[in-house]
Amino acid sequence: MTTNATPEIAAPIRRRGIEAARAQQALWLLLPTLIAIALVAGYPLYRTIFFSLFDANLTTPDQRTFLGIGNFWFTTAEGVQLGFLQDPKWWEAVKNTMLFTVVSVFLETVFGMIIALVVNTAFPGRAFLRTAMLVPWAIPTVVSAQMWGYMYNDSFGLIGRGLLGGQALLANTDSAIWALIAVDVWKTTSFMALLILAGLQSLPTDMYEAADMDGATKWTQFWRMTLPLLRPALLVALVFRSLDALRVFDVMYVMLGPVNAGSTSMTGYARLQLIDNSLLGVGSAVSVAIFVIIMVIVVMYVTAFRVKFD
Amino acid sequence: MNLKRTNPTLYFLQRTGFYLLVAIITIYLMVPFLWAVLTSFRKSGDLFLQPLQFVFAPSTLNNYRDVFANENFINGLGYSLLVAVGAVAISLLFGSFAAYALGRFRFRGKSMIMYIILAVSVFPQIAVLGGLFTLIRNFNMYNNPIALVFSYLIFTIPFTVWVLTSFVRDIPGELEEAALVDGASPLRTLFSVLFPVMMPALVTTGLLAFINAWNEYLFALTFMGTRRTVPVVIANYSGATQFDQPWGQIMAASIVVTVPLIILVLVFQRNIVSGLTAGAVKG
Repeated sequence: MTTNATPEIAAPIRRRGIEAARAQQALWLLLPTLIAIALVAGYPLYRTIFFSLFDANLTTPDQRTFLGIGNFWFTTAEGVQLGFLQDPKWWEAVKNTMLFTVVSVFLETVFGMIIALVVNTAFPGRAFLRTAMLVPWAIPTVVSAQMWGYMYNDSFGLIGRGLLGGQALLANTDSAIWALIAVDVWKTTSFMALLILAGLQSLPTDMYEAADMDGATKWTQFWRMTLPLLRPALLVALVFRSLDALRVFDVMYVMLGPVNAGSTSMTGYARLQLIDNSLLGVGSAVSVAIFVIIMVIVVMYVTAFRVKFD
Repeated sequence: MNLKRTNPTLYFLQRTGFYLLVAIITIYLMVPFLWAVLTSFRKSGDLFLQPLQFVFAPSTLNNYRDVFANENFINGLGYSLLVAVGAVAISLLFGSFAAYALGRFRFRGKSMIMYIILAVSVFPQIAVLGGLFTLIRNFNMYNNPIALVFSYLIFTIPFTVWVLTSFVRDIPGELEEAALVDGASPLRTLFSVLFPVMMPALVTTGLLAFINAWNEYLFALTFMGTRRTVPVVIANYSGATQFDQPWGQIMAASIVVTVPLIILVLVFQRNIVSGLTAGAVKG
C-alpha cells in the first residue's frame, strides 16, 4: 500500500522543485536590471528626498543643516517667505504646466483622431501620408524647438513676421505658453495618431458592414461604435501623454531660456533652483513635489482602471 | 459606393473635401520641417526676404560647410553617438534577460517587479537630477560620457524591458520547451533559441531607445560641461556675436542630426509602429 502511494506524492514535489528552480533562475535573470534600476533611479531618488530636508548648496553638499520641511514652507521672524510653496513663481509654473498639459493633450487627441481616421481609409497616397506622419515624431525635441523658435522670430520668421506682422510671441510668458503648446501639438499629434490608428485597425470590419446595412451614418458609427471600442487604447495613450506633458522641459528651456522656463514648466523651475541658483535643498524639495504629483496620478490611474500585467 | 451613381455632385463634394483634408494634414505635418530644410540652403543675408522671394532665392551650401567646420558640432555628434550606443547596448543586454524572466517564468513578486519597472518608466527625470548630480560629482565623473550613459539607463532600461516583455510573451512556447527538454540552461536557451526569434524586436526596441537617448536634453545639459551632445550644441548654437543668431547654420545642424533619424525611421517603419504600440497600448 505504502509503495503504491509514493509515486503519487513524488510527482507534485518534483514539479515544485522545477518551479522553484525556475523561480530562482528568473531572479538571476532579473538581477542586472534590478541593480541598474536601484543604482540609477532608487538611490538618486533617495538622495534627492534626503537633500530636500536640508539647507544645502550644490557646490558644497557636505556642509548642510537640517531644516525639516523648511525648503517647502518656512517664514522667518521678519516675515520673509523662503519655502518654494510660498513662491508665486512656482505656482505660475504649476499653472502654466497644467494649462500646457490639458490643452496640448486635448488637441493632440482630437487632431490625432482625425489623422488616424483619414489614414485608416483607403485612398491613393495613403502610404505617403503614413510616412509623413512619422517625420515630426522622429525630429529631436530640441531641433523642433529651434525650428519653431525660428518661425516665431519677429524679424525673420514665417509666423512671427509673416502671419503676425512682427510680434515677438515668445517675449511674454502669457502668449509664449500658447506658442509652446503649438510646438508640442505639432510634434506629438502624429504619435497619438499612430497609437489611435493601431487601435482602429484592431476593430472588426464586419461590424461596420452590418451598421452600413442597417443604414447608420458614418457619424453615428463613429460616436456609437468606434469611440466606445477605442476607449481603452485611448485612455492608455492619454495617460502616458499627460505624464509626458507634465514633465515637459526641453521646449521651454530652449525657446524661453532658463529664467522664463522657470515660470512656465515645473521641471524648469526645479532645475533653475537646483542648478542655476545652486540651491540643492530647495531644488530637491521641488523635485520631490513633482515626483509626488506624477506618482499620485500614476497610482490613481493604475487603481482606477485596474491595470493588470499578466 | 452607390453615391457615385445616385448623387454624383454630393460624391464629388465629399471626395474633394476629403482630399482637402489630406492636403491640410500633409502641409501641417511637413511645412515646418521643409521650411527648415529650405532655410539651411539660404544665405544669411537672404533671411530678410519676403517668403515668396525667399523660396526662390539662390541656394548655397555654406551653412553646411560652416556646420561641419564647427568643432563643437562634430564632437557633439561623436559624444551623442557614443552615449546613445552605450546606453542602448547595456539596456538591450539587461533588458532581454529581464524580459525573458518576466515573459516566460512564473515566480512570486513578478507583478511587483512589473509595477516597479512601470513606475520607473514614468519617473520624472528631475526627481533624480539633484541626487545623480551630487553622486556624479562625488565620483569625479562630471563631464564624463560614461556618467551620461549610466544616467540614461533610467529611461532606456524600463522601456526595453517593457517592450521586450510583450514581444517575448508572443513567442510560441514550444521553441523554448524543446530546448528545455534537451537540457539547455536558461541562458543558453535565451541566446541560441530566443535571440534569433527576437531579432526584429531587439532591432525595434534598440532603435526606439537609441532615438530617445540621442534626443535627450536635460541630463546632457546638466551632467556635461564642455563635452556637449548634439541637442545641447544645437540649443546653444551661437554666431559671431551674442545677438546674431545664425539661423541658417542652426537649421543646417538640425537637418544633419535629424536626417539619419528620419532615414532610420522610414526604413524600420513597420517595426517602429509595432514597437510603439507594444509599449503603450498593450500596457
